Amino acid sequence: MNKTVNQKAWFLVLPVLILVGFSAVIPLMTVVNYSVQDTFGNNVFFWAGLDWFRDMLESERMWNALGRQLVFSSIILAIEVPLGIFVALNMPKKGFWASFCLVLMSLPLLIPWNVVGTIWQIFGRVDIGLLGYVLAKLGVNYNYTQNVIDAWATVIIMDVWHWTSLVALLAYAGLQSIPDAYYQAAKIDQASRWKVFRFIELPKMAGVLMIAILLRFMDSFMIYTEPFVVTGGGPGNATTFLSIDLVKMALGQFDLGPAAAFSLMYFLVILLISWVFYTVMTNLDKRDGV
Amino acid sequence: MAKITLDNLAHSYLKQPKSDDDWALKELNHDWADGEAYALLGSSGCGKSTLLNIISGLLRPSRGRILFDGRDVTDAPTAERNIAQVFQFPVVYDTMTVGENLAFPLKNRGADPKYIAERVNAIAAMIGMEDQLRRKARGLTADAKQKISLGRGMVREDVNALLFDEPLTVIDPHMKWELRTQLKQLHHDFGHTMIYVTHDQTEALTFADKVVVMYDGRVVQIGTPQELFERPAHTFVGFFIGSPGMNLFDAQVSGATATVQGVAVPLGDSYAPVAGQVQIGVRPEFVRLHAGGEGLPARITRVEDVGRHKIVRLDVGGTAANAILDEGTPVPAGADRVSFDAEAINVYADDWRVAPQSLQGRAA
Repeated sequence: MNKTVNQKAWFLVLPVLILVGFSAVIPLMTVVNYSVQDTFGNNVFFWAGLDWFRDMLESERMWNALGRQLVFSSIILAIEVPLGIFVALNMPKKGFWASFCLVLMSLPLLIPWNVVGTIWQIFGRVDIGLLGYVLAKLGVNYNYTQNVIDAWATVIIMDVWHWTSLVALLAYAGLQSIPDAYYQAAKIDQASRWKVFRFIELPKMAGVLMIAILLRFMDSFMIYTEPFVVTGGGPGNATTFLSIDLVKMALGQFDLGPAAAFSLMYFLVILLISWVFYTVMTNLDKRDGV
Repeated sequence: MAKITLDNLAHSYLKQPKSDDDWALKELNHDWADGEAYALLGSSGCGKSTLLNIISGLLRPSRGRILFDGRDVTDAPTAERNIAQVFQFPVVYDTMTVGENLAFPLKNRGADPKYIAERVNAIAAMIGMEDQLRRKARGLTADAKQKISLGRGMVREDVNALLFDEPLTVIDPHMKWELRTQLKQLHHDFGHTMIYVTHDQTEALTFADKVVVMYDGRVVQIGTPQELFERPAHTFVGFFIGSPGMNLFDAQVSGATATVQGVAVPLGDSYAPVAGQVQIGVRPEFVRLHAGGEGLPARITRVEDVGRHKIVRLDVGGTAANAILDEGTPVPAGADRVSFDAEAINVYADDWRVAPQSLQGRAA
């Protein structure tokens, strides 16, 4: 084969390189730059090597935030995925009510995150919030600003309310792609409802479910706005997730070095977990035959 | 195994069917005899699959009843009817192996594991997939998947009926013959009632003892392949079965003579006066070509040699017609007339066959 060699073709890639450079590489490099230096102000910097990374790895505060973060993500995945599938299975397949449900399900997804936070912040208030007030009247000692369990419950329920729709809509799309013949064949084969789910619906949904899990994991792992608005990370540090802690460190305390090292490690953790997800997903697809 | 009775059965996909056209399946009374192999033949969208889905219980008929051995099962769910059905497009359970797929219907009925293993091996041998039993079904080719679907349909021995909904569409021609032969063998060995839906006449005629021809939601004729060929009850049957189909000419009929385009054509039998739009039908096999003499003036437009015989395309006074000549027979030089074998002519009024006078009262 005769290939024409024309080095000028590189120019065609240039715009993308420039765009990615400005949008991702340069900002990231600034963070890298901060993470290996120290300053006492006046824009004077000292070389600090890997000290900040060492500090952060030894910092109990970071490990605690990471722990809380993992617990939070696990809980919301454990609730939202099964609940989303359950909702999708029970949605009407076609007609007016199908469209109605779709619109209804999409609504929470359209609300800006800080508004979601505000809604729940007010909703849960014992003095004026519908939820808080009713619970108080029922004699439940509910107070998300003082009780750790209440704060966690509020943040989790809020996230479930906000994002279960996403899982449900993706699962619904997966279900809709199953031809009728599969259900008919299952009836002919006298399969139980559970077997229809296990051998037809679940395998057909597997692809979109992996995407849903990945999206929900990444999003929940980086959650900031909603818990910040509702609890501000409290009571104490009970709902201080990684992002909240990071912002406290970077902007609250203006510890640029540690915050930069922290965010780089944060980034690597997300990258690592996403990579694992991706590998598992592609391997599932390749598991064909033999 | 069971005799399946359709009692005043009709189905419409609309909630409030008004005109005749709203019915996907028009009123139907029929017995499917126990242990017979039927082919359900008709063009796409004529109600074949609807009928099949009603029999298997996937669809509830809008009207009428369906009985298995005299027991009303109209409202019985599919599982209770114990029917096997194979669909046009392959359905396999992707996450299971080929063997698990074949075993699935038996497992669901709680069969003995030893019996299941035995049946799975027997079926695998039948569809030629013994060496792939442990392979995952995902990623197989379409015809391998369809073979699995067929296998799943045949794995239960105690089914009331086996229904096939154009099962060989996706299978390549060589395998088609083999599988069809297997199905016939299966029918021969076990005597299940089988209904085989197809729009391929060769498939229908080779598979079945009796062919049921459907047209526009109606059963137009039930008969042996020979009856369908010699005495099509409806012009659709004449046209649909045979390659090419039956020739039709507008005619007036009185006694034993039909007048076509002003020319008298002798008929094999005499007819009482017929009303409506009258046509005579004659299959291309019984059209004779000759130069001059008796018959209708005709012009040859094209001759197609298909190997076993020649098809002569004709223009008979503006009506397109066909004649079939044996491979050895040359097209007569200067042929400009056609005549028909009188015995092979059928008379139709408004598309339905009219019985000749000598038979009137015996058959319609």
